[in-house]
Amino acid sequence: MINNSDILETIKMIRQEHLDIRAVTMGISLLDCVDADIGKSCGKVYEKIARSARNHVKTCEEIENRYGIPIINKRVSVTPIAFLAAAAAGNPVKFAEALQRAADATGVNYVGGYGALVHKGFSAGDGALIESMPEALSVTSKVCGFVNIGSTRAGINMDAVALMGEVILKTARATAGNSCFGAAKLVVFCNAVEDNPFMAGAFHGTGEPDCVINVGVSGPGVVRSAVQKSPGADISEIAETIKRTAFKITRMGQLVGTEAAKALGIPFGIVDLSLAPTPAAGDSVAHILEEIGLEKCGAHGTTAALALLNDAVKKGGVMASSHVGGLSGAFIPVSEDAGMIDAVTAGALSLEKLEAMTAVCSVGLDMVVVPGDVPAPVISAIIADEAAIGMVNNKTAAVRVVPAIGKKEGEILDFGGLFGSGPVMGVNRFSPEKFIGRGGRIPAPLTSVRN
Amino acid sequence: MRAVITVTGKDAVGILAKITAVCASANVNVIDMTQTVMQDLFVMSMLADISKSNVEFPALSDNLKECGREMALEIHVMHEDIFNSMHRI
Repeated sequence: MINNSDILETIKMIRQEHLDIRAVTMGISLLDCVDADIGKSCGKVYEKIARSARNHVKTCEEIENRYGIPIINKRVSVTPIAFLAAAAAGNPVKFAEALQRAADATGVNYVGGYGALVHKGFSAGDGALIESMPEALSVTSKVCGFVNIGSTRAGINMDAVALMGEVILKTARATAGNSCFGAAKLVVFCNAVEDNPFMAGAFHGTGEPDCVINVGVSGPGVVRSAVQKSPGADISEIAETIKRTAFKITRMGQLVGTEAAKALGIPFGIVDLSLAPTPAAGDSVAHILEEIGLEKCGAHGTTAALALLNDAVKKGGVMASSHVGGLSGAFIPVSEDAGMIDAVTAGALSLEKLEAMTAVCSVGLDMVVVPGDVPAPVISAIIADEAAIGMVNNKTAAVRVVPAIGKKEGEILDFGGLFGSGPVMGVNRFSPEKFIGRGGRIPAPLTSVRN
Repeated sequence: MRAVITVTGKDAVGILAKITAVCASANVNVIDMTQTVMQDLFVMSMLADISKSNVEFPALSDNLKECGREMALEIHVMHEDIFNSMHRI
C-alpha cells in the first residue's frame, strides 16, 4: 500500500497549496470546415466543435471526482481561423460568433484560435481577420485571439507589429466598459507553438492530428512550500527540490491527460510543464522567487532566480511526462499573480525588468496593464522588443498587454476571477514612431556565432 | 478499481466502525488500512476495492464525506492511481 506520508502530501498539495490542473484543452482541426460560403463554413465550424467536444466537460468532471484533483479550465483550441477566412468572403466576425455558440453549447470556458500566422507576410484572409479582432473580441466573451508576428526562422514582420499596436488599442477601446477585457483575450506571439493548452494564445496547429488532448498543469504554491521547507539550503539543493516537486506535479498532469484522452477516444498530445499562477494567496510565481531569497520580485537577482526556477521545472517535468510541449516553463503574468501585483505596486518591478525576466522563462510580457493613453507605436515597439527576445533566443515570446482606457499609472484595472487585477505600469514615453512606421521585416537572425 | 480513503481529524471512539459501515453498505471491500495518531491528529488511510460498489464514485465519496462531517473528520476518496503516479517512478 502507498505510504501514509505520500498520501497526506498529495492531499496537502491539493487542499492547501492550490495544486490543480489548470487546463485540459481539446485541439480540434477545422481544416475540413473550409467553404467559399462563410455561412456554410461557420455552420461546419459550430457542428464540428459541438460534436467533437460534446463530452469534454463531462469527462473532465468525472476525472476531477475520481482523482480528487480540480481541473480549473476545460477549453477548446482550433485551427487558426485565418485559414478559413482565406476561402470565405465576408466579415470574419461571423466565425467568432460561431466559436462563441460552440463554446456555449459544449460548456467550455474558452475557445482559442481566432488568429493568423503572419510572421513572414500576410496571405488572403489574414489582413481582414486581424482588422476584425477588435469587434470579434468585444462581441464574444469566450473567444480568444492570437497573431504570430515573428519566428527565429522567418524574422519579425514589422508591418504586422505596427498593425497589432493599433489592433490592441482598438480592442481595449471596444471593451472599455468591460475593464478593456478584449485585450486580455489577445496574444501576439513570436515562435508560437501549435499545441499550447493555455489561453489566450492557444490554437491548433496544422501539424496536429484531427483532435487531440493537451494538458497544462499548475502548482506555484506547491513549489513555494517545498522551497520554504529548506531555509538553509544552497542553490543546488533548491534546484533539486524544485525538480522533485515539478516531477510530482507533472505526473498528475500526465495521468489526467492520458485518462481524459482514453475516455474521449482521442489521442493524448502533450503536457505543458508550466507553473501557472492565480491571484489566490499562496499561488504565486513571484512568491517562489521571494522564497528563494529576494526581498521583492523585481529586485536585482530576479532574472537569475527565475532562470533557475524555469530550468528546474522543465528538468523535473520532462521525466514525468511521455510527451512535453506547449509553452513549458514558469509563467509571469502580472495581473494573475498576487506577488507580481505587490511587486509592481511597491515599485520593485518595472516593465523593463519584466522584459529581462521574459528572456529566461516561458511566454513573455503577460497580462501587463499600461496606461490607456499610450500611443499605438509604443505598444508596437513593446511587441517588437519582446519578439526580438524570442527570435534571437529561439524561444516562444508573447505579448498580452492591456491598455487601461481612461486610467493612469498607479491605478488598478480589475478583471475579476482568474485574470485578477493589474496595476497600471509605467511606460517609457520616448517615441519609437519612426522605427515602427518604417515597416518591412527584421531578417531572421544568425543562429551560430552566438554572443 | 481501487480507491484510497483518507481520514484525518481528532481521534474518537468508533471512527473505524462508522466508516467501514458506510463501505459495507456500498459493497466496498476494504483491502488494506493503516492508522496512526500524530500529535492528537488521527490519520487513517484505507485501500478499498470499489469495482463491485453499488453506488457511483461521486455518491460514495459524498456518503463518506457526510459520515466524516458528523464526526468532525475530513475524508477524501481518490483513485489510487493519483498516488501511484505522483510518488512512484
